[in-house]
Amino acid sequence: MPPLQLTDAEWQAIALSLRVALVSVAGSLPLGVAMAWLLARRQFPGKLLLDGLVHLPLVVPPVVVGYGLLVLLGRRGPIGGWLHDELGITLIFTWKGAALASAVMGFPLMVRAIRLSLEAVDRRLEAAARTLGAGPFDVFLSVTLPLALPGVLVGSVLAFARGLGEFGATIIFVGNIPGETRTIPIAIYTATQEPGGDIAALRLSIVALLLSLIALVASELLARRIDQQMRS
Amino acid sequence: MLDVAADKRLGDFQLTAKFQLPAAGVLALFGRSGAGKTTLVNMLAGLVSPDSGRISLAGHLLFDSAARVDLPPERRRIGCVFQEGRLFPHLDVRGNLLYGRRRAPPSEPGFGFEAIVGLLGIGHLLQRRPANLSGGEKQRVAIGRALLSKPRLLLLDEPLAALDTERKTEILPFIEKLRDELRLPIVYVSHDAGEILRLADQVLVLDRGLVAASGDVAEVFGRPALRHLVGESDAGAILSARLVSQDEAFGLSRLSFPGGQLVIPRVTAEPGAMLRLRIRARDVSLALAVPAQVSILNVIPARIRAIHAAEDAHVDVELDAGSRLWARVTARSAHDLGLTEGMPVFAMIKAVSIDRQSIARHGRTENPAKPV
Repeated sequence: MPPLQLTDAEWQAIALSLRVALVSVAGSLPLGVAMAWLLARRQFPGKLLLDGLVHLPLVVPPVVVGYGLLVLLGRRGPIGGWLHDELGITLIFTWKGAALASAVMGFPLMVRAIRLSLEAVDRRLEAAARTLGAGPFDVFLSVTLPLALPGVLVGSVLAFARGLGEFGATIIFVGNIPGETRTIPIAIYTATQEPGGDIAALRLSIVALLLSLIALVASELLARRIDQQMRS
Repeated sequence: MLDVAADKRLGDFQLTAKFQLPAAGVLALFGRSGAGKTTLVNMLAGLVSPDSGRISLAGHLLFDSAARVDLPPERRRIGCVFQEGRLFPHLDVRGNLLYGRRRAPPSEPGFGFEAIVGLLGIGHLLQRRPANLSGGEKQRVAIGRALLSKPRLLLLDEPLAALDTERKTEILPFIEKLRDELRLPIVYVSHDAGEILRLADQVLVLDRGLVAASGDVAEVFGRPALRHLVGESDAGAILSARLVSQDEAFGLSRLSFPGGQLVIPRVTAEPGAMLRLRIRARDVSLALAVPAQVSILNVIPARIRAIHAAEDAHVDVELDAGSRLWARVTARSAHDLGLTEGMPVFAMIKAVSIDRQSIARHGRTENPAKPV
């Protein structure tokens, strides 16, 4: 087999990584937009603390985040136990748990980008929309969000790329199960632990690099197009 | 009826607006920048809440601090056009125009899309993005967007202030058309006396947060006490005159007004049309006898009503020439001619000093577009 040919197991890891990253972004996006709006537009007591909490995963060691998830959402954890008993949802050692771990890790990047673009939206346009008969939520959906779209896009792609690369929190929270939680970074780690796994690690690293690059370039191109549409 | 009694404090600025004016035709809000015009407009639109008071429009209560009523902007049905247009950059012109229409109560009568697009001459722009429009086009689209939202009142907040003179003269006729063809009360905010003369029936003058005067435009702008607000160089009289005949050979129009006849550069209107003219004090000079061999076409007999000291070395002479006129002469001339109250004089007005910006059609066209 030529050295750059991907094995079935590696394809599996790639597909899993994409699924985990996509689900983590799709699932956290509404919350990310809401959080960004809260931080950009509202004044409330404890705002600084909330801001800090959102940004925590950026500075805390990922393994600590993973451990926190394990404690809270493990089958005996206060939230995980309830989820398991009441709703039959198990996060630990499942790909859904991996998606949650990458969502948490990508959340600050997502919120930051969306918040910046929300802050750049001209409030006078929103006032104009109100005078034209649109209620506050209508204005948000029809004016604010479309104008902040480039930021929403950039935030989503950053979180997606971060999710593809998520390792520390994931391996602590959901472990290393082939086909379930063995994403690209974990597969690379596994390969380097095995004798003669260097080539496999290299292959997957190249894939990871390419995927991240494609995501970033695509988002930049899209954001530019949106921007241009609004300008011309 | 637009009935306002509202207070608002913003930092050091205190606005106390109290007035009752008919909600029909064009009501101008006039004042220098910082007089409180925009705050008042925002209170009408619901974008700023008064600290206390009551605002009602044509029987609809919009705000009442005592009754804890504060209708949000989206329920006031006041169409707003702002100085900067505020078109939505992510929508094309059609999307902008329909934004308010889609949110208006369907049962309510409103102007037809095609009618408004035609009236404003924006049919060829529908697919364009706001970024590709000129300043004048943007304002026309903004006006159309507001009209299509089925408003009870159209609020124009200095819609021409951001445009150059050329664009202004492009837009003014459209606003005149709105006034003449739509049955919709308009509040027009401006710091430009010329625009107000041309467009408005009633005027409310704001000065440092207080209502300095309100009433008929010609009457208010003619009041001596308010002349400083209009600006020294623009101060003057407003005359209502009827077009008598056209002098095609020389490109002149002959008008009659209560004090006699006037000749001005040709205006396009049919004989019998009522016009409103602004005659600046600085364009009127005085003579004690009918002068011989002068280039000035308009020599109008008048009587001096009062002499007001003005800035620098000149005085403003208030004249009764059937209508009120003002003449600005140097204090030296006033002294040399021995001008005193009650004295008969001749007011001389250069025809060319009455430019297009100083002439407005006053009478309404009698075929208003019907709401669909």
